[in-house]
Amino acid sequence: MKSTKDIAVLLDEPACEHNKKEKSGCAKPKPGASAGGCAFDGAQIALLPIADVAHIVHGPIACAGSSWDNRGTRSSGAALYRIGMTTDLTEQDIVMGRAEKRLFHAIKQAIDTYSPPAVFIYNTCVPALIGDDINAVCKSAQELWGVPVVPIDSAGFYGTKNLGNRIAGDAMVNHVIGTRDPDPLPDADRQHFPAVSSDFKVHDVNLVGEYNIAGEFWHVLPLLDELGLRILCTLSGDARFREVQTMHKAEVNMMVCSKAMINVARKLQQSYGTPWFEGSFYGITDTSQSLRDFAKALNDDDLTARTEALILREETQIRKALEPWKERLKGKRVLLFTGGVKSWSVISALQDLGMVVVATGTKKSTEEDKARIRELMGEDTVMIDDGSPRALLKIVHDYKADILIAGGRNMYTALKAKVPFLDINQEREFGYEGYKGMLELVRQLALTIESPVWEAVRAPAPWKAKLQIPAVTAPAECA
Amino acid sequence: MADILKRNKALSVNPLKASQPIGGSLATLGFNRAMPMLHGSQGCTAFAKVFFVRHFREPIPLQSTAMDQGSSVMGADENVREGIKTIAEKSHPALITVLTTGLAETQGADVHRNVQEFKDANPELANIAVVGVNTPDFTGSVETGYAATLTEIIRALVPDAKTAGTYPGKRKKQVNVLASYILTPGDLEALRDIFEQFQLRPVFIPDISDSLDGCLTDEDFSPVTIGGTPISEMLTLGDALATIVIGASLNKAAEILAERTGVPSYSLGHLYGLKANDELISTLAEISGREVPERIERQRSQLQDAMLDTHFMLGQLRIAIAADADLLSAFVDLVQEMGAEVVAAVTSCNVPLLAKIPVATIKIGDLEDMELLGKEHKAQLVIGNSHAVDTAERLGVPILRAGFPLYDIIGGYQKTWIGYRGTRQTLFDLANLVINFSHEEIPAYHSIYGQKPASELTDPKPSCH
Repeated sequence: MKSTKDIAVLLDEPACEHNKKEKSGCAKPKPGASAGGCAFDGAQIALLPIADVAHIVHGPIACAGSSWDNRGTRSSGAALYRIGMTTDLTEQDIVMGRAEKRLFHAIKQAIDTYSPPAVFIYNTCVPALIGDDINAVCKSAQELWGVPVVPIDSAGFYGTKNLGNRIAGDAMVNHVIGTRDPDPLPDADRQHFPAVSSDFKVHDVNLVGEYNIAGEFWHVLPLLDELGLRILCTLSGDARFREVQTMHKAEVNMMVCSKAMINVARKLQQSYGTPWFEGSFYGITDTSQSLRDFAKALNDDDLTARTEALILREETQIRKALEPWKERLKGKRVLLFTGGVKSWSVISALQDLGMVVVATGTKKSTEEDKARIRELMGEDTVMIDDGSPRALLKIVHDYKADILIAGGRNMYTALKAKVPFLDINQEREFGYEGYKGMLELVRQLALTIESPVWEAVRAPAPWKAKLQIPAVTAPAECA
Repeated sequence: MADILKRNKALSVNPLKASQPIGGSLATLGFNRAMPMLHGSQGCTAFAKVFFVRHFREPIPLQSTAMDQGSSVMGADENVREGIKTIAEKSHPALITVLTTGLAETQGADVHRNVQEFKDANPELANIAVVGVNTPDFTGSVETGYAATLTEIIRALVPDAKTAGTYPGKRKKQVNVLASYILTPGDLEALRDIFEQFQLRPVFIPDISDSLDGCLTDEDFSPVTIGGTPISEMLTLGDALATIVIGASLNKAAEILAERTGVPSYSLGHLYGLKANDELISTLAEISGREVPERIERQRSQLQDAMLDTHFMLGQLRIAIAADADLLSAFVDLVQEMGAEVVAAVTSCNVPLLAKIPVATIKIGDLEDMELLGKEHKAQLVIGNSHAVDTAERLGVPILRAGFPLYDIIGGYQKTWIGYRGTRQTLFDLANLVINFSHEEIPAYHSIYGQKPASELTDPKPSCH
């Protein structure tokens, strides 16, 4: 079990703006009124996309049983991450102290059956509480069978999902990154893009916090290839263990859209001097900005010139493709509730389409995020801190929003209130990243906004129409 | 009859089992204005919530005592009391269940004491029923957690016949129905219809067909369940004509109910297949003293006709089934009635019913075990939850999705499996899977002199799903 001191150290993240002010660390959950996952949830979600690793959840069934195979992240090859593995501890294991032994044999079974390049062990509440020494078990397993076995000490009661993300990042920095040097550059494929001269310098970079939901990063990756940016590793979408090992050799790191694993970027800077910047691939404006930021951080004039040329080409192309859709979506009113960090990024994407963002969630946003939102939307923009279903619905009604864009768990809230909805969180099934992702976004937006079902569900049954029941009822009260 | 093969490996690979708190939550969600609260860390609840949201595609009320580092080590009594109080004051539910998790039980929590302490300290909230249940995830499964929760709710809320002045048959049309987790909202609706044809009024305990059936209500949002068995109904159970118990897992709950009320109890294992439904209909005819309605007789003969039609596809079909005991038993009976062969029967934990299921062996294990057994015995079709889709894909056979969770299809939660009509549809579904995907073809032969383009030689197999 981690000590209170270990947890305090993880909560103190100097690179995170939330570290200041009252939001420092992560708020303590309130019994009877809490939402969101635990540290184990966060750790597992952060690392599970590493596709060739055997991910073993050490605990009784609820931790893995309710969560395995539960995310839209995709792999281009290896599929071991989709095999759910848990020690499924029983009462006997716990009472008789046999949990460590079971874990030890479980690791062997995973290695024997699947020959993974590495095994990750996620610690959970019960073994943490009974005092299993997973570090020791991992160490002896690794010595005995010669396969890296990485302990990720992430008992749920340590704290929130966000803390779990950091625990995961910390485990990668401490146990995996820096254990192998990158492969030599392949030179055969340099001719892959005939339009570009083949004698440019290739730079090694990492992406941290990119999860390749629904394969959306594959909209962006070809552009990076074309620019000569070799992605040593995306932590962790479509990643492989051997890629994570080489992350220390990057020239620059990009934190994608979220601060969940910001400690990784900070520690890589501390230990290896790698600079990092924050960016996003959602929307035309932000995608272009991120590409420019790479060129700027790498300080390569040739790359800058090629980047500008590529941006011009891609933007012209996508703006043309979006024209017919803009007509249909122009002026539609959006309530955006993404929980915060991604808000400004998505706002610019929607404004690119001529839509009106009437309000946005800022619960997890930093002051810096809020400043950007004001810059984009004007001074008197509505910022929502209260994300409760009632409050959201009230704003939908008050501001006459045509659609609610939010995370999947708000979906049924919206649908029950007969409000069109677009899911923008991690469990979604469509990819919105990059220039091409915008096309999917407009398609999904139009599909729900223009659907005839809304009218059908809002109207009363024909034989009841005479009773003059109001078609749409605003929520009676607002908690 | 069956030999039970116990778990013999350290690692559970692609688990079949879902936890006791999941089962306990489901049972609670079948009561009106109810809120389950899991006594554990936040994640216990978050995972359970996502599990149900994906299955039912509904907002799911579920709360947590949010144990953290301090309360995990120093004691979490206060979390339980505070959690109950917060829910009681904020959401004014009719029922709160406090379901323990592995974390709470390992720590040594005593929720029953905590519940009592809450009641003593808050007499003004006495109108809210609060029930503690031990549902650690290190033992049992959805089935046992569901059954334990129902047992405790009955123990807490059904009064003794003598003190309450109830007597069997005082309500001449009421029949209590203890409903196993295998009955979907669609099943319960169909069952209500059958009861009503006999002029009987069923009281389902619990009734997820009224709370988790996917119904648009006038209320935009509710923090607790809308619909389900009203808590007040628990006081009337003693006045019923009879109790029908569906699912062997609920036998203990039924015993307590009968002991308390003296209402005669009829146990049916499940309602899949001709025989099981004949048993149901005869029982209802007996209880109500009425003739079997013509409509039901017609449905019976329709099922018989469907059995004739589908026996061509289902006869001798080698089937692998992974399910908790009640559901496993239902499917084994159904497919055996059609002449199919169960070549792999896998379940998540050992319960007394298993020994009576008419197959040679039952493996306590996971979906990997089903996959290995399925491969060994050349299974042609899989019956299991959405997690088993990948298993079926690897085995190269189609899957009939059943059980918990079903997250990759729409409306799985609502499917009607029971009754003559539900059974008929299930047979059609099974047969169609076989017709479309599972028939064994003569493999293609490529002439060594052939001049086909190379791309044709790697002919990708069409997906079964």
